[in-house]
Amino acid sequence: MEQATEAVVQPKKALKKDKTLNIGYWKKYGVFYLMMAPALIVLIINNYIPMVGSIIAFKKITYESRSFLENFINGKWVGFDNFDYLFKTSDAWRITRNTVVYNAVFIALNVIVGVAIALMFNQMRNKRLAKFHQSVMFLPFFLSWIIIAYLVYAFLNPQLGMMNKEILPLFGAGEVEWYSDPKWWTIILPIVNVWKNIGYYVVFYLAAIIGIDKEYYEAATIDGASKWRQIRSITLPLIRPVIIVLTLLQIGKIFYADFGLFFQVTRNAGMLYDTTLVIDTYVYQGFLVTGNLGLSSAAGFYQAIVGFVIIIIANLIVRRVSKDDALF
Amino acid sequence: MATIASKKKVDDALAISRSSNFAINIFFWIYSALCIIPILLLLGVSFSDEKQVLINGYKFWPEKFSVEAYNFLVKDWRPVVESYGYSIFVTVIGTIIAVAIMSMYAYPISRRDFKHRGIFSFIMFFTILFNGGLVPFYLMYSNILGMKDNLLVLMIPLFAQAFFILVIRTFFMNSIPTELLESAKIDGAGELRTFFGIVLPLSLPVLASVGLLTTLGYWNDWFLSLLFITDDGPHTIQFRMYEALLDIQYLSSNSTAYSEIIKANPGFSMPSETARMAMAIVGVGPIIFAYPFFQRYFIAGLTVGAVKG
Repeated sequence: MEQATEAVVQPKKALKKDKTLNIGYWKKYGVFYLMMAPALIVLIINNYIPMVGSIIAFKKITYESRSFLENFINGKWVGFDNFDYLFKTSDAWRITRNTVVYNAVFIALNVIVGVAIALMFNQMRNKRLAKFHQSVMFLPFFLSWIIIAYLVYAFLNPQLGMMNKEILPLFGAGEVEWYSDPKWWTIILPIVNVWKNIGYYVVFYLAAIIGIDKEYYEAATIDGASKWRQIRSITLPLIRPVIIVLTLLQIGKIFYADFGLFFQVTRNAGMLYDTTLVIDTYVYQGFLVTGNLGLSSAAGFYQAIVGFVIIIIANLIVRRVSKDDALF
Repeated sequence: MATIASKKKVDDALAISRSSNFAINIFFWIYSALCIIPILLLLGVSFSDEKQVLINGYKFWPEKFSVEAYNFLVKDWRPVVESYGYSIFVTVIGTIIAVAIMSMYAYPISRRDFKHRGIFSFIMFFTILFNGGLVPFYLMYSNILGMKDNLLVLMIPLFAQAFFILVIRTFFMNSIPTELLESAKIDGAGELRTFFGIVLPLSLPVLASVGLLTTLGYWNDWFLSLLFITDDGPHTIQFRMYEALLDIQYLSSNSTAYSEIIKANPGFSMPSETARMAMAIVGVGPIIFAYPFFQRYFIAGLTVGAVKG
């Protein structure tokens, strides 16, 4: 009996203490919740409701009511029907292959070209000139994909473009129908991507190289190590963490294509789809142009889930390499 | 004097040979040219005579110099000027709101004494890892919120970007001394006063970097327009350029204006190829002029933004 009363009294005491603490807490920290409210609302609208909404991939929507929300809620659950349909088409394999292979090529080029250029910048005797070239190289990064589409078009326009009118005749080659011949785009897209983005990656690699203590090189020079040897044995090992982290971060997004590159630069030409259609453009095309809600939402869901798994794995590896650089 | 001379000697010993240096220089001059030449090509075509272009193709140097294309844009100036207006509005207002919203979210989760910082960090962070995809995103804004053709839909999606919130939070945690916050508290300043009076003024570098990146994001955005803006909606400069590349008639404010031009000048034919390139030059202008100034801060921002979880 005594024990029981004690048990009843104790929580009461704790509650009282909690309450006074609470008043002080809200007085001090309450304003924090107000400060976070706007971003929280945006995140809910922009991210969290669509996340829940992605279950639309498991529904069949019929347009009975004028309210979309009603149609959504009344939509029949169809399980994996949309996915069955998607993976029966040849598109599923094609868009997955294009997305992953292009991204893999881009990632490799970003590392190889990026590190090579950063090394060369670091070796240049005239530092001001190096700065100048770095600035120019950074320019394409600031251009929108629309502008890049214009620039590419100026070269590839079949009737008037530089390639067919000037450059190919120089080599005695015949004209190419660039916007209807898919085979060239496996080369064009990596070139355009490197051209636009390499300045961005060079920033990180150069910062890492400049951060290396000069004494290593002095000692190596005294020991008679050649420049190549120094790069191989000092520079590359010391910037290895940066290389690994930047690369793994890109690998984390390997299932997401750059919509602008694949949509604008190719001018979304249907005849090129064999080598240019990626998951992102497929979802856009299927949903907003063809109007196939089931198929495109299934493709989007497939991308979200696989993408999520890949980024988690990539991050786990980053954590093992360099804990400070892991995303979480 | 002696130390400077000897330092120079050491530098010289460390530097690469003159011939390799020469080769590297050549490489970079070529690469830099490749970065600029495509833009010069657009410029050349935009100042060319339309007929010559149609016969001989695009040329770096106009065979026959002409400002016809720009005349055409000036004559029907409304669409271009309007588009600039929309782009500037979205960029300026959007960036101000976005930086305000993101820094207000970043501050509480940067405070180690705030007991819910973990959960709110996670809510923000999870959006980097997972997203619902294009279909529900589109349906949310267009069908549930009914925001088609609304300038707000071009701004809201960039208001709370998790990556930038992370960058700002990291800066708050590493660069604002806790003692400063504590002494403000002792002086009787509330949390809001501390945030606006002490934290924000000390954080100008990171706010500038995030602001620049956001500005660039807004100015160069066309994807949101592609999704949510119909033919009658507000066209930003990027979206106008996109449509002009598809179909030159989009440069005209409307078909009646276009037919009036034709009526006024019987022999008039649209300088479509050159006008298109002139449009691109008009669109790219601000970036070309602004970028030499801000790319420095940009680089600083990128290297500072080493993010930690």
